[in-house]
Amino acid sequence: MTVEQRKPPRNLNLRLRRALGGRAGWGGFVAQLAFVAFLAWLGYEIYSNAQANLQSQRIATGFGFMQNTAGFAVSQALIPYQESDSYTRVFVVGLLNTLLVSVIGIIFATVLGFIVGLGRLSPNWLMSRLAGGYVELIRNLPLLFQILFWYLAVLATLPAPRQSVSLFGMFFLNNRGVIVPKPIGEAGFEPFLFALLTAILGSIALGVVARRRLFATGQRLKVWPFVLGMLFGLPLVSVLIFGKPVSFEMPVLRGFNFASGSRLIPEFVALLIALSTYTAAFIAEIVRAGVLSVHKGQMEAGASLGLSRGAALRLIVVPQALRVILPPLTNQYLNLTKNSSLAVAIGYPDLVSVFAGTTLSQTGQAIEIIAITMGVYLLISLVTSAIMNFYNWRISRSLAR
Amino acid sequence: MTIAGGSLDQTPAFVRRELVAERPAPVPTTGALAWIRWRLLSSPTSILLTIVSALLLWYTLAPAVKFLLIDAVWQGNDRDACLADNVGRTVGACWPFVRAKLQQFMYGFYPQNQLWRVNLVFLLAIMLLIPLLIPRIPGKTLNACLFFLALPVVAFFLLYGGGIKGFGISWLVDLLEALCASVAEAGRRLRVTGGGIGWPGISQLLALLGLAIAGIGEGLLLLLTPLTWLRETLALSTHPVWYDLALTAGVICALVFGLSRSLRATAACLAVFAGIAGVIAALGLQRGGLPIVGTREWGGMLVTLVVSVTGIVASMPIGMALALGRRSQFPLIRAFSIIFIEFWRGVPLITVLFFATYMLPLFMPQGFGIDGMMRVLVGVALFSGAYNAEVIRGGLAAVPRGQGEAANALGLSYWKTTGLIVMPQALRHVIPGLVNSFIALFKDTTLVQIVAIFDLLGQLRASFADPNWATPSTLFTGFAFAGIIYFAFCFAMSRYSLFVEGRLNAHRRS
Repeated sequence: MTVEQRKPPRNLNLRLRRALGGRAGWGGFVAQLAFVAFLAWLGYEIYSNAQANLQSQRIATGFGFMQNTAGFAVSQALIPYQESDSYTRVFVVGLLNTLLVSVIGIIFATVLGFIVGLGRLSPNWLMSRLAGGYVELIRNLPLLFQILFWYLAVLATLPAPRQSVSLFGMFFLNNRGVIVPKPIGEAGFEPFLFALLTAILGSIALGVVARRRLFATGQRLKVWPFVLGMLFGLPLVSVLIFGKPVSFEMPVLRGFNFASGSRLIPEFVALLIALSTYTAAFIAEIVRAGVLSVHKGQMEAGASLGLSRGAALRLIVVPQALRVILPPLTNQYLNLTKNSSLAVAIGYPDLVSVFAGTTLSQTGQAIEIIAITMGVYLLISLVTSAIMNFYNWRISRSLAR
Repeated sequence: MTIAGGSLDQTPAFVRRELVAERPAPVPTTGALAWIRWRLLSSPTSILLTIVSALLLWYTLAPAVKFLLIDAVWQGNDRDACLADNVGRTVGACWPFVRAKLQQFMYGFYPQNQLWRVNLVFLLAIMLLIPLLIPRIPGKTLNACLFFLALPVVAFFLLYGGGIKGFGISWLVDLLEALCASVAEAGRRLRVTGGGIGWPGISQLLALLGLAIAGIGEGLLLLLTPLTWLRETLALSTHPVWYDLALTAGVICALVFGLSRSLRATAACLAVFAGIAGVIAALGLQRGGLPIVGTREWGGMLVTLVVSVTGIVASMPIGMALALGRRSQFPLIRAFSIIFIEFWRGVPLITVLFFATYMLPLFMPQGFGIDGMMRVLVGVALFSGAYNAEVIRGGLAAVPRGQGEAANALGLSYWKTTGLIVMPQALRHVIPGLVNSFIALFKDTTLVQIVAIFDLLGQLRASFADPNWATPSTLFTGFAFAGIIYFAFCFAMSRYSLFVEGRLNAHRRS
């Protein structure tokens, strides 16, 4: 005999109270109303004050200025840019420069951070102390201090181009920046790229097939020879057929400066070094905490199941450590991107420097420009945290199963 | 029986006939040699790592020591003392440069004859801070109140100078008057704009609403007349500040006694006002106080400490309010807190400083000048308030649910539950987190130089431009000096944070 579940009594008053005031009832509703009224009053005050101030200072409003001619030069631009271009193009140039230094910085910081983090865990006393000293030193000095140190004390005191410090005869350090070989695309570039892409996609597909097979039948397919063959073979074939993809133009000293090769401006180099070493120290701590968070019984359990040390590391320790490492790691990537705004202190033309700096002082339209700049960073943060939340959701779903 | 009764040569084959040779002693696991073998040379990889690390260490540490100590120049009056040609050897750090610029690094361009004010503030802060940091010393509540509430006010009047013209009553009346006037003004404008909108119905409704709001504002202003009269009378009296203070003290202590019926609370209230009177008398605030030193003349370590300490002190209440708001049961307050926190956490501090410097003055009423330093402080407080909110929220989440429920069961209200039961425990949990966020803030204060306020790093950068001290080693000397100061502060704080963490987790130690 089944007892029919009784429905809760319909009490309109109760529901309304609950919906409007939460658990605190009508009192809560009134409190919220007062809060909203206060916010509305504040917003109104700000709005009316801003309007009055803008009028009295004769500052234009609206986003029309974005189409005006910028009229200033930018020392590094990834897209063609000249002084007669509009502020919109300045914005894009700045944003691309921010993204460039962030992406390269993230790559360097990750590599260095993992090396230092694993070095700290090393049983070798000297190595772990050295890594620990690095982390303590870097983390306890302000980032701006480090940027200025690299820029003013290290890079600016390098010799003039004629006496450049040469690394392997390919890279030249001098007080105008770093001269590196310039890659030039050749005829075989596009086929090479296509071959590489095909190889990567093919490898992923093979991996997925092998995984499905393993889960379905328990048979382990040996795919790595094929993957390696594809990754190296396909590009090689393309090079053999279509010719080499890139050639490098070597820097040559001519007169007082380098005639060929491409020059990385010192601002970029200083910012990149400071950002990647600074963030690497934080990443090292994250990596260390992540590896230590895996209980040592896990490794022992793997060994007792007959897994080799490498297999136990790869299949048991690393996945668990990565789950701990990834969220704070993403946070550090975000921090690096936000910290790249310190570029303004040394004049690297990033978003804040050229847009919230030069453009703001030329047009005076503080509200619009700062709102756009903050909006860009906010968007980057929100998108990253959305991806992170999705990742966490997937992890928790797979753990719940 | 064969073994026991038989002779020696009848012993069976499995019994040993001679002693086994001594085995070599095991590899020692204690002592210096064993330690070196175990921790430095245990495997080929380890040997390689040791060599690499030793080389790295040698190539970084040796030049640093050589530069800072061995090759350093210690005496001198200008750049000539630090030029290699004059000294006749390689020149390392040029310490006379730091000695010559030390006052600038510490105080910026604060007037020479007023420096005692800064030193007094530093001294007061240290005297209040040290007992606050040592867990064994009692009286933490009083100490914290003095440090977080009294010190900022005293420090303001000491560092900036200036006096007061009235006290609580006058300020309250000023504030209420401005508020009511703003409401009335908003109502009048709404009426005008409402009349301007072409839509019938809506425009009448808006105009009516505006009229009502304006009426409310004017009515409140009328209600305030007795108070405004009181303010005018006080202002015209012989000792406006003292009379106002006495009146304020009387009203507030009477209120405290009336509400709590506790002599202790009333005595505490009286003591607070006596303290305030003491400060006013000592600094002569009723007579205009100390001469004003504008924030443009501040600089160096003074600015670094003012910005970071004000930032952390001001961000605490903001952080607590936002953390509570984020856990609030009211959806609107919760949504507002989340948006506020995530907004400030999502943008870099530089854009916040730009916002505070260029946008904030536009939001203020016309003619209301806001000091450059003040703008930065507002920006920093909002920024670190959002970060602290997340730290404190972590602490709130760590307090077991049962604590709040037990307080509810005892009949405590929300505010009493929060203020007496939940928040104290939460704050205890997050002291390490707060210290860490203070370290971050301390490091981030270097950014204020971008909006033309010269903190320690800004002064350092400015001092490089001095032609009197332009030598090849000046740059490195300056960076070494500033680096040592920053490192000492941050390292000490991080060790303190670890120490507190260890104390808090004492029960978990194995």
